[in-house]
Amino acid sequence: MVGEPLLELRDLHVTYPSLQGPVRAVRGVDLTVRAGTVVGLAGESGCGKSTLASTVLRMQAPSAQVSGEVLVDGEDVMTMRWGRLRAVRWAEASMVFQGALHSLNPVRRIGQQIAEPITLHEPKTTARAAALRAGELLERVGLPANRARSYPHQLSGGQRQRVMIAMALACSPRLLVADEPTTALDVMVQAQVLDLLTGLVRDLDLGLLLISHDLSVLGTTCDRVAVMYAGRIVEEAPARAVFADARHPYGKALSAAFPTIGDPASRRAPRGLAGDPPFPGALPVGCSFEPRCPSAIGACSSTDPQLLPAGPDRQAACLRVAADGSWLSPEPTRQETP
Amino acid sequence: MSALLQPAPPTPAKVSLWRLFRQERGGMVGLGVLGGFVVMAVLASVLVDDSALDVTANVMNPELAPPSPQFWLGTDENGRSVLALVVKGSQVSLLVGLAATAISIAIGTLVGIASGHFRNWFGGLLERLTDWFLVIPFLPLAIVLATVLGHSLLNVIAVIGVTSWPATARLVRAQTLTVEARPFVERARALGGGDWHVMSRHVLPNVMPLVMANTTLTVAVAILSETTLSFLGLGDPFAISWGSMLEGAFVSGAISRGAWWYLLPPGLCVVAVVLAFTLIGRALETALNPRLRER
Repeated sequence: MVGEPLLELRDLHVTYPSLQGPVRAVRGVDLTVRAGTVVGLAGESGCGKSTLASTVLRMQAPSAQVSGEVLVDGEDVMTMRWGRLRAVRWAEASMVFQGALHSLNPVRRIGQQIAEPITLHEPKTTARAAALRAGELLERVGLPANRARSYPHQLSGGQRQRVMIAMALACSPRLLVADEPTTALDVMVQAQVLDLLTGLVRDLDLGLLLISHDLSVLGTTCDRVAVMYAGRIVEEAPARAVFADARHPYGKALSAAFPTIGDPASRRAPRGLAGDPPFPGALPVGCSFEPRCPSAIGACSSTDPQLLPAGPDRQAACLRVAADGSWLSPEPTRQETP
Repeated sequence: MSALLQPAPPTPAKVSLWRLFRQERGGMVGLGVLGGFVVMAVLASVLVDDSALDVTANVMNPELAPPSPQFWLGTDENGRSVLALVVKGSQVSLLVGLAATAISIAIGTLVGIASGHFRNWFGGLLERLTDWFLVIPFLPLAIVLATVLGHSLLNVIAVIGVTSWPATARLVRAQTLTVEARPFVERARALGGGDWHVMSRHVLPNVMPLVMANTTLTVAVAILSETTLSFLGLGDPFAISWGSMLEGAFVSGAISRGAWWYLLPPGLCVVAVVLAFTLIGRALETALNPRLRER
């Protein structure tokens, strides 16, 4: 851990009201992103990843109720005044959005769109200077500067995602939040975009919160990875450790879902995880993963586990993981079928 | 990576729109007819001598004379050449049509975007205002306004402008709602854009094609409205327009005296111009809307 913390989430809760009662999308998340590091956030669809990302710039739905603190560079985004929030948006923290095609205005040239945050945050910038900056940003992300005259539909998917990254860098923010930046890109382009992002983090000493459902993406690009399940972080550890040696049963299931190349056993018997994540409006009483957990014990259905140390430099939220990371084996109450 | 290094293909959106428009035969006919009328209006001062329009200068000419080699379209009740009047009248009709449309489209677009953008009491207020103008019958309102403001060309333009915007506002509002739901608007907010930024940089360029197509249709309505108001004697009494010619024909009893040459030319001109604008509007709509194009 080197740099100063750029983003700190402290006991963050996000609840959406619904006709079926409150939906608790994020339930008490603590997370820190430091300068010069990439923090990954993994989890299935509907586990609260994107809701969490939206709170960083206070972009959550107007109906969402948020409690806890979201500190960007030490300032709480949730209690900020509107004018200050607009200044913080993009100048201190920016986002790389999920669908690059839909996040670009189809009837405006990409150069104009990259220059948008520049002219908004530095109103004194002339159109010429802003266009020049846009060209430089395009070259920074590996596109020729004359691409600024293109319309979004004239670019490929990977190029569009590069444009989104260029746009995110426009006001030299310290913190970058990338919500599924490589979804819908093919594997080669995906690798290029991830290389670009990690290169920027290294060169510009940025902090990057990378959100993905793809553990292989996170394993290769992140310094630390947090695994979310039903609105909570259930495991937090160095990236390699999550991928190779997960402590929490959910983390294990996620990493086991990837076949090992060259290992015939994983090819013949692919392992997945049965069932669906619980509906966040009706969570189980105890551990929210208990209904799907292959190693649940009696206490799991009544006790809600907290995120506790589970070995050196890592945490897990499971009753069966000891403080030193070893696996506790009390008498299993559920019959495990052989 | 080599694909990244190729220069952008030069395909500006305007070129392809013109190419699509050219395929619409109706639109091209409309454009031709309109072009003819515009040339006529521009050259009206050259083609028609002012003395031909003077009531006192033409007392020696026969009244309501049928078409003859001297007067191709006959004469009116004051002995003036109907052809000269029709040519001169095109100026006012087109001017009022275009100017009133500009006002109407400006108000309609502004109110439409604002009422779609602000999803609070302000947007609701604008929408109610639109409804209010929409339910008031056009003609009585226009008659009252024209009477109160007085008879002048400028007032006719203003009256038509401020009474014909609600339909545009409705249309633009609906389009604004769909544009605002798209992710790039959320992105624009995330990068610190305020209401004005979102409306002017993102919503307006996206509703513009619709506004353009709607403009041509509004011109047609505005020209008809000008004709109606002039026919009812609410226009500028000194300006010659197709509407005031029809009024003159009606008042002077041209109908009962069978003077078809006085009634038909201005009437047909109105029909032709309105039809031309409608054809252009329809063709533009087809060119802009990919779903209509695939027939």
